[in-house]
Amino acid sequence: MNEVKTGEKELRKVFGDTLKTLMQENKDVVYLEADLAGAIGTSGLIKEYPEQAFDVGIMEANMVGTAAGMSVKGKIPFVHSFGTFASRRCADQTFLSGCYNKANIKIVGSDPGITAETNGGTHMPFEDMGIYRSFPEMTILDVAEPHLLAEILKEMAVSYGVMYVRFPRKGKECYYEETQKFTIGKGVIVKEGTDASIIASGIETAEALRAAEELERDNIHVRVVDMFTVKPLDEALVIKCAEETGAIITAENHNKIGGLGSAVSEVLAENIAVPFKRVGIPDCFGEVGDKKFLAEKFGISQKDIAAAVKEVLKKKK
Amino acid sequence: MNFNKKEMDLLAVQIRKNILRAIASKGAGHVGGSLSIADTLAVLYGCVMNIDPKHPDKKDRDYIVISKGHSGPAMYAALAAKGYFGEDVLDTLNKNNTILPSHTDRMKTPGVDMTTGSLGQGTSLASGAALADRLNGSSNYTYLIVGDGELDEGQVWEAALFTAHHHLTNLITFVDANGKQLDGTTDQVCCLGSIEQKFEAFGFHAITVEDGHNTLQIYNAIMEAQQEKEKPSVIVLHTIKGAGIKKYMEMDNCHSTTVKMEELSGFYAELDHQGEMA
Repeated sequence: MNEVKTGEKELRKVFGDTLKTLMQENKDVVYLEADLAGAIGTSGLIKEYPEQAFDVGIMEANMVGTAAGMSVKGKIPFVHSFGTFASRRCADQTFLSGCYNKANIKIVGSDPGITAETNGGTHMPFEDMGIYRSFPEMTILDVAEPHLLAEILKEMAVSYGVMYVRFPRKGKECYYEETQKFTIGKGVIVKEGTDASIIASGIETAEALRAAEELERDNIHVRVVDMFTVKPLDEALVIKCAEETGAIITAENHNKIGGLGSAVSEVLAENIAVPFKRVGIPDCFGEVGDKKFLAEKFGISQKDIAAAVKEVLKKKK
Repeated sequence: MNFNKKEMDLLAVQIRKNILRAIASKGAGHVGGSLSIADTLAVLYGCVMNIDPKHPDKKDRDYIVISKGHSGPAMYAALAAKGYFGEDVLDTLNKNNTILPSHTDRMKTPGVDMTTGSLGQGTSLASGAALADRLNGSSNYTYLIVGDGELDEGQVWEAALFTAHHHLTNLITFVDANGKQLDGTTDQVCCLGSIEQKFEAFGFHAITVEDGHNTLQIYNAIMEAQQEKEKPSVIVLHTIKGAGIKKYMEMDNCHSTTVKMEELSGFYAELDHQGEMA
């Protein structure tokens, strides 16, 4: 089992450091920021690389369109805003100038779901993956582990297409060895188990690992999958988990509608019927609070995941 | 290429004929805004842009972005006139499996550089192309065409701020100011005031073309824009929606309307007469 520890670097530092390396290695990698460099920690990067990094101002729609235009000319743009604005605010630009235009843009949405904490309901994207999941050919990544983020950013830079990655700026929980390799579109089993499988993404993967540890004390052995690619979903792994463990629980820091739980349920419904439950935000708006309070309030805490597992196991034959 | 007014005027006639032919093949389409931009496309494709119809993807070509993507038929008309594809392809406009969709799509049509269709978005795409060119050390131009009704879109002004801030003088913007949008005149729907003054306030060098159907005035404006090295230029073309065909010029709303096959010969004669007078 992968153990959850507290790492040294916040995810925003991992983001800035990795982006810097990518820009140094390839002059075509560019970075556009919508006036949140101070929040994501990239102000120095913008000063240091004036030919590759640009603060475009508070104009997310123009930022995504400009990035798309640059990519048609061979640039590889990473663009950043808070997850709310990197999805809702520029959805049409991402769809048309990005996906439909066959552009190559890497959209970074920080502070997904409850990790927006004191920025509250206005800044708390519970719907970003739902919006983007219906955009043809778009890749959606829900990440909250430092090594995973670094490796995924590198893979994004060399994979053509419109991609959206969401991660919390301040997260630093880690559960991967530095040698761990990742492939976009492939989930990783981070804990083995036979009674049920928790398929989780983002901050919920660590929460699921803790829930799984708690369940071991009750002699319940659950598998935990880090399904960091929400689209294209690793359907084969979902089916394998259903076949081998006979029950599935999803856990996500997103509205239950439209995100990981929806994606997994679609695969199960079409392929293999097993007891199933979604842990996620219950179709409501966010509010201010700290992460622990919000996780409990919206029912996505370790305890909620463990309870969901027990509930599903009652339905298992 | 040197400017030759007669040649440009005749190319504009050919573009208008091609527009009408394409739309007649389907029976209806975006007539008004396609006809109003025909003369500018004639000048751009005829003697300004660095392009090669035999090699539509050549690396150092100038880009053209029609942000008012519904004027796709005008672009296809110019591309056919320049030999990017046969004029018979125009008869497939908006038909099943066509390479000529209503709104311009760079994945479908040779010679189309950017996909547009949601108004306002071409402005940012053009800014991005121009910025990338500058970063790449390319000396070519991006020509952007927006409609005046399209100026209602907030993204146009986001992109204008960005373009001026970054001194993207390799991006030349045209506003096809025909004064009409789908639901009425631009004054009736949401008054724009002075387009030139608005762009100037955003940091642009604004050039007025009093007669947006006079190819010499259009050419001179482009030359002036290319000389401007401090501010990005906008060329405001005062045009008439449906220009070239009396029936459409007099119509209250010719944004999207019918063109009947049996009307074509009359329209062609009307245009030929203009060509002879040029």
